[in-house]
Amino acid sequence: MKILQQLRKQERGKDVEELLKHIPYAQFLGLQVERHNHLIMTILPFKETLVGNTNLPALHGGAVGAMMEMTALIQLIYDSASEILPQTIDVSFDYLRSARDQTTFGQAFVTRRGRRVANVRTELWQEDRHRPIAISHGHFLLNSLDAP
Amino acid sequence: MTNKTNEHDFEEHLINVPHSQAIGIEYIAAGPNECELAIRYAPHLIGNPDTGVIHGGAITALLDNVAGMVARPPGMQREDISIATLDLRIDYTGQATPGKDIRARGHCFKRTQNIAFVRAVAFTETPDDPVATCTATFMLGTRNTPFSPAPQAESS
Repeated sequence: MKILQQLRKQERGKDVEELLKHIPYAQFLGLQVERHNHLIMTILPFKETLVGNTNLPALHGGAVGAMMEMTALIQLIYDSASEILPQTIDVSFDYLRSARDQTTFGQAFVTRRGRRVANVRTELWQEDRHRPIAISHGHFLLNSLDAP
Repeated sequence: MTNKTNEHDFEEHLINVPHSQAIGIEYIAAGPNECELAIRYAPHLIGNPDTGVIHGGAITALLDNVAGMVARPPGMQREDISIATLDLRIDYTGQATPGKDIRARGHCFKRTQNIAFVRAVAFTETPDDPVATCTATFMLGTRNTPFSPAPQAESS
């Protein structure tokens, strides 16, 4: 059975921690989540395998991008009762500051959730919530035209 | 400035990037302002456990990597010039086939004194049938001196 369907059946659809355990790439990154009312905060503790520039040192742009995409997807899954995993259509990342060898935090803001497409912004920060290290905005497919 | 070939630089560059090593990004080929890299299909990269499709994040890392490598002016070493991603936009044009390696080709089509403009494409079979396409800009000549240790939080 599909993982999201399975969790929904067990009435654990809001259990995003459990969902993350089933996503190998999230485990590889070491991504964690915390819930604050209806908002999910993603947490990425620093580890050596996330580094892109060993000299600074700074996290890899790909790891930072992956975290933003994951932050958006997790919020979309949490907000909905759908059994379909949202699909990324496009994402645009702005890298604002070097992501240093520290824990990174993330939050997503669903600007609009349509029937088929959602527009989502995300922000990542490290020690100061008001000094984001990267932001993104993206479009996600929630339902396909040919979906039942 | 030394006169090493691009190829040598690219291979050496990858070995020195821990995240690229962890994902398993491999060097395939390079030409003037161009480069091709690949990721081998691996279980730890899976994003959708239902289908076994590789996570978009791994494709983002691959595209960011290949785009950054072609952004650096030819012949210049990491020690000569440091670069930073300014922005990266990815269109997921198709799903990667489970079990297949993903290749990515980057091309720097314009470089000014400050900025490099890059296009890249990720694919499994042919670049004409892309899994994802990307446009990115990079700042050239950014700082590359180690950060000083974070100031100690004052006890209050």
